[in-house]
Amino acid sequence: MSTRIRESRGQEMVLTAAVAIVIVLLSLLPMLRLIKEIVAPGGTLSAVAIKAGLASPATWIATWHTLVVGIGGTLLAVLSGTLVAVLVTLTDIRARSAMVLCYVMPLMIAPQVTALAWLQLFGPASPFLKLFGAAPPLGTRNPLYSTSGIILLLGVQYGPLVFLLVRAGLRKLPRELIEAARAGGAGWFTVLVTIVLPLMTPSIMAAAALAFVSCVGNFGIPAFLGIPANYLVLPTLIYQKLAGGGPAVLGETAFLSVLIGIIAMAGILAQEIMSRRRDYRISSTSLSAEPYELGRWRPAVQAGMWLLIIVVLFLPLFGLVLTSLVPGYGIALTAKTATFDNYRFVLFEHDAASRAFFNSFWLSIAAAFFAVLVAVPIGYLIAWGKQRWVRLLNLSVELPYALPGVVLAIASLLMFLRPIPLTGIQLYNTVWIILYAYLARFLVLALRPTISGYHQIDRALEEAAQVAGAGLFTRMRTIIFPLVAPAAIAGGLLIFMTALSELTVSALLWSSGSETIGVVMFSFEQGGDSNYAAAMSVITVAVTFVLMLVTNLLAPYLPTGVLPWRD
Amino acid sequence: MARLSLDNVTKSFANFDAVKDVSIDVADGEFLAVLGPSGCGKTTLLRLVAGFEKVTSGEIRIGNEVVSGKGGSVAPEKRRVGIVFQNYALWPHMTVAENIGYSLKVAKLDKAVARRKVEDALALVNLQGLGERRPANLSGGQRQRVALARCLVAAPSLVLFDEPLANLDVHLRASMEDEFASFHKRTGTTIVYITHDQAEAMALADRIAVMDDGRLAQLATPRELYHEPANEMVASFISQGILLPADVLSAEQVGHCKIRVLGTELIVRCRPGERPRAGAKICCRSADLDVSPDGPGFDGLVKRVIYQGGSAHIEFTPSTSPDLTLHFEQPDPVVLESGAQARLRIRSGWLIPAAGAAS
Repeated sequence: MSTRIRESRGQEMVLTAAVAIVIVLLSLLPMLRLIKEIVAPGGTLSAVAIKAGLASPATWIATWHTLVVGIGGTLLAVLSGTLVAVLVTLTDIRARSAMVLCYVMPLMIAPQVTALAWLQLFGPASPFLKLFGAAPPLGTRNPLYSTSGIILLLGVQYGPLVFLLVRAGLRKLPRELIEAARAGGAGWFTVLVTIVLPLMTPSIMAAAALAFVSCVGNFGIPAFLGIPANYLVLPTLIYQKLAGGGPAVLGETAFLSVLIGIIAMAGILAQEIMSRRRDYRISSTSLSAEPYELGRWRPAVQAGMWLLIIVVLFLPLFGLVLTSLVPGYGIALTAKTATFDNYRFVLFEHDAASRAFFNSFWLSIAAAFFAVLVAVPIGYLIAWGKQRWVRLLNLSVELPYALPGVVLAIASLLMFLRPIPLTGIQLYNTVWIILYAYLARFLVLALRPTISGYHQIDRALEEAAQVAGAGLFTRMRTIIFPLVAPAAIAGGLLIFMTALSELTVSALLWSSGSETIGVVMFSFEQGGDSNYAAAMSVITVAVTFVLMLVTNLLAPYLPTGVLPWRD
Repeated sequence: MARLSLDNVTKSFANFDAVKDVSIDVADGEFLAVLGPSGCGKTTLLRLVAGFEKVTSGEIRIGNEVVSGKGGSVAPEKRRVGIVFQNYALWPHMTVAENIGYSLKVAKLDKAVARRKVEDALALVNLQGLGERRPANLSGGQRQRVALARCLVAAPSLVLFDEPLANLDVHLRASMEDEFASFHKRTGTTIVYITHDQAEAMALADRIAVMDDGRLAQLATPRELYHEPANEMVASFISQGILLPADVLSAEQVGHCKIRVLGTELIVRCRPGERPRAGAKICCRSADLDVSPDGPGFDGLVKRVIYQGGSAHIEFTPSTSPDLTLHFEQPDPVVLESGAQARLRIRSGWLIPAAGAAS
């Protein structure tokens, strides 16, 4: 091989190797470590861990509960998300973009914040109900501390997820397919039932699978609503075991986390099998359908939609704000009692809380920054690479995010419980283990927009630079990065918003000194200090709002669909 | 079957008029082609007739019923109109038989009757035995036939074709054209056929409506369109007619008048009642031009000769008006050469009526 050839291939190989190392470290290694713990605890093959897990009645109860709330939440999310998608996409409803923004909003709010907000709305201490004197007497059980409460909130949280996927499908539906049916004499409802919904089954099933995985892996909602009622699902069971037993019970929790992984995978698999049975691929591209004229029903439908948005978004947030202004539990909110003390307390006075703000901010920034840097080369290999194994690459980056967060948390614990070999560096019980888990889990959030950014760029731009004599790294820096930067940075901002109030992973990985906002919020709520928890929630929601507005500035330079709340 | 009338139909979108003041009467059982360049409003016209768009002003009647007008708009599903789409629009989640039988199922027809009708429709388009296939497993021509069968099965009062052959290859086009023609003959259905291909329109239609920029440029039989275009747009659009400036010298007599074009005098065909005027235009075809080295005619420069097999495309500039370039075809043996001087003679032509003259 001549030197010139070696030179030009050298940079590509360095890039590929670097990407491979990152992915092995962040994705494959933790998964393999977790599996090893199950099948070969202590280094030798044995079924002890599996047998012990299967023998425990708590495992079976939690599994049953996980399935109940998972399926219930999925059904509710699919029904509401599909209904809203059909109404918003196919009818001449007004103020569409505002509706989309508001309906998708709960997706951008952390589940435990949603849970807290709803709890504040209905509990006996509810400042909102007290405004009308409608609060139940103190000591009454909050109706949300129940199976149906968990299912309701999971449906509210993930309905928007279904909405986004179904709406994307509906927009690709060629209008001729609808018009041919109408010309054939079918009224609007018949068209919906016989043409639109059957054609949407792939989108709806994919959305259902995604919602199922999210419901099954959700920690915040069953933690806030289920633990007080002693209704445990697998993620909360793992949390309780670890909180009580520490590293000694890691083997046991490893089994439980693999169990969640299997349930989630089963959901995805079921979707794959069902969608393979019937192929509804739509080949032609065309304009999307003319909106159906609701006529005299329009005001009623619009009112219904806004009522739904008020109930799922504005009321809970309003309740949250009210609670954060009340000086103490059960006190009614009046002009006299209203106070900002709770905010002052969590920001400046309470050590763990102020530390948590600091920790969460820099963890989110670090995770976002790193993900943007790594997403550009990985996206390059996936979008423009010619190798076969890139599909595998994509899959392995998706895995830590597709699987429930507890799975990755347990895997990280197992990996870093002992000091890293050769170096002796100890990550366990430090904030770094949380950073590691965030990097692994959220990388895909930056990667997806980056890849769609690559697909929009004409490859000739890079090839022109190549002809001009620029090597791969030079091209990366001067041509490719500037071109995909908006998409990658938007992905980074999504990571920041998600990581800022993240709870699932940090609940299992935190230690004294490395608390995150989510963790402190959770412990306030568990200790009965809802006011402080509410104040922290309001701050994070406000930060998220502001960041959404900032990210909107990037919108003109982004491929469509990168920002979920933009219509 | 029913007749279709459009009265002064206008359709405006946000800031432009897609269809402007169009009036067309389609007789019962007539095959009307709507022809025009892309963006001329022909697809909007079809969507107005089908009821997918609402008229801004004017009125559309199918049979004796006003379906679009001031009083509102009859929903598409109530119009009994059949449509064949350019991209076929077959539902991928249904078999061929289910696709065809859809309108019968919607109308809650007896199952056995429906099945027989679907069989008949399949036979009509020569697709017997393919009822259980999925549309994805059919060829382009077969899909087009399914689409045709689907719109026929409900016995619509009117069938609309939206560029049905645009997605097919050249060979298939010719055979589908034959099928459409024989289908029209057999069923006698009123048809409105949208196309941008004038050969297709000429071959199939009883009459052709040429549209230009939202307006109806001319509505006439294919023969009349070719020989007696009503305006410059139609003259140049149909078979690339050659337009030449001319002065009318004499009034019309038995369909002819005397004109002066490029310095020579000539007798051309014209509408009744033409009077002498300046600044007129005539339209002539390649076949009307002769190369006449010695006889009467006008001189000029042959700018370019592009041989195309069997004939050549000639660009010619008359010496009397150097700004003008004539494009025409000369069949073999091609005698003109690039850069040479030549003398042409116009044998005949058509005087384009003055703008605004009643047709």
